[in-house]
Amino acid sequence: MKGFILSFRSEFYKTRKTMAFWSTVVLPLAICLLLFFGFLNHSDRLVHQPGFMLWLQFAGAILGVMGSLILPMLIVFLAYSVNNIEHKAETWKTLFSLPISKWAVYSAKYFYALFLTIVCLALFLLFTLGFGNLLGILNPALKFSEYHVEGTLAKIYLKLLLSSLGILSVQFLLSLLFRDFLKPMGIGFAATIAGIIMANVGWKYAYTFPYAHPLLTIKSIFPSRMGENSPPIPQITVDFFTKDIVVSLIVAAAVFILGYFIVLKKSVK
Amino acid sequence: MVIDTQGLSFHFGNQQVVKSLSLQVPEGSIYGFLGPNGAGKTTTIKLLLNLLKTDQGSIRIFGKDLVTNRISILSQIGSLIEQPAIYSHLSGRENLINRALLLQVPESRVDEMLKLVRLKEAANKKAGKYSLGMKQRLGIALALLPDPQLLILDEPTNGLDPNGIIEVRELLIRLVNQHKKTVFVSSHLLAEVERMATHVGIIDKGELLFQGSIKDLEAISQPQVQIEVDTTVDVANFLKKHGFTVTDISEDHLTVPFSSKEQMGEINTLLNKNNYQVYSIHKIQKDLEKLFLDITQKA
Repeated sequence: MKGFILSFRSEFYKTRKTMAFWSTVVLPLAICLLLFFGFLNHSDRLVHQPGFMLWLQFAGAILGVMGSLILPMLIVFLAYSVNNIEHKAETWKTLFSLPISKWAVYSAKYFYALFLTIVCLALFLLFTLGFGNLLGILNPALKFSEYHVEGTLAKIYLKLLLSSLGILSVQFLLSLLFRDFLKPMGIGFAATIAGIIMANVGWKYAYTFPYAHPLLTIKSIFPSRMGENSPPIPQITVDFFTKDIVVSLIVAAAVFILGYFIVLKKSVK
Repeated sequence: MVIDTQGLSFHFGNQQVVKSLSLQVPEGSIYGFLGPNGAGKTTTIKLLLNLLKTDQGSIRIFGKDLVTNRISILSQIGSLIEQPAIYSHLSGRENLINRALLLQVPESRVDEMLKLVRLKEAANKKAGKYSLGMKQRLGIALALLPDPQLLILDEPTNGLDPNGIIEVRELLIRLVNQHKKTVFVSSHLLAEVERMATHVGIIDKGELLFQGSIKDLEAISQPQVQIEVDTTVDVANFLKKHGFTVTDISEDHLTVPFSSKEQMGEINTLLNKNNYQVYSIHKIQKDLEKLFLDITQKA
């Protein structure tokens, strides 16, 4: 456990000045800020909406961008970055000749990538709530304060996190094995596009494909709005135990363990 | 023995890189691990650090089996393999702090190391902007940071200027003499190791061709008598007529195998009596560089 904590701290120390680390802060800020100004400019069109609808549109717009393309690609990038830092500096041989177990080195790296994903999603949640409320303060006609979205939104982001774990494990392993940029990033990008298509065309087995999970999650949150007999006020339901989440968790755990055995057997060239 | 390997073998694909290597590195020694490029030095070092899995044979370090005591053994080793592994986006100091963090070494030790390898001034400069020599010195500082009992250095003087080479050499000698460390240092240049090594292992094509103390190595080289004269060809013919073997001849000197001091005196007298002026006559050991070449080329 000590080795894990030391390695985790070292991961933070090493990456704190890199793009990987700052992208997890800048990305949510940029997207939320952009939508904030969009809503502020068009606030006259929104003043008659009830608080719930305002939140649905504001948070929904952010989630829509996030879930489809940005979250999978961010994870592809994070998984690549935490491994590439060692490929680039040729430090794998040093890391594995330190008196720290291979398990600690490997798992600390994985959990650090997971930690960055969590930070990013938490900031998305925080900025969504913050900028939403700020819109309400700057223009009191926008009744954001009418409805409390915090709990629901937190659940949505938690589900989004669970839905992205499969991608994280697969990308982490790819980035660990391939030192070049193109293979993990190319595969990740192609698979993300494939996932978007699968989820959008509503393919029956899309839930088996990890890269489709974030978008499936977004789509599952607003089922009643998607339905034909939509009620006047849509319902938001967050069901954690959907098939895609189960698959995501199984893939995440299986690939993570498989990765460890590969590290254990692999020679450090 | 600090390092003791028995029948160590390793192959990449079909290529046998290390062949039944039995290394014996005594405590408190500077062991020069010599061989031409591609002889299997780095592979051997990676085997010693458990980075590569041994095909056959065993490795014992500090008297313990490496595979079953990996972490406790590695905690007493500092290593530098091939080109130093340095995070180029971090400064020299940050590279050391990161390692100190991992090894739970106090931060004060970082400054000590920076001073030791003379990187104090450049400590806050990005390591990516360091010259090759500075990177190498940072690599040595990283290896020394945990104050290890055994230092394993792969070509540590690569890229260093003559001053840097002398400094590293003196540092290693000091570590062994004053701090009772053991140093295992690989090189493809004998001259570099000759002046500090107490023990030598010579490897070529994965095979250990010689192992022993530096004195053993010198002993197997035949001593010679080097005679400096004006007319080397005439003198050589003259000596041959008198039953001496001339092994080497150049413009200003010739060499004859050494057998005894008396023989040296006899040659001197003989030449003087026959009006050959002798500028100098003395015993020499065969150049270790030549010896090294002989050993590696014979294989």
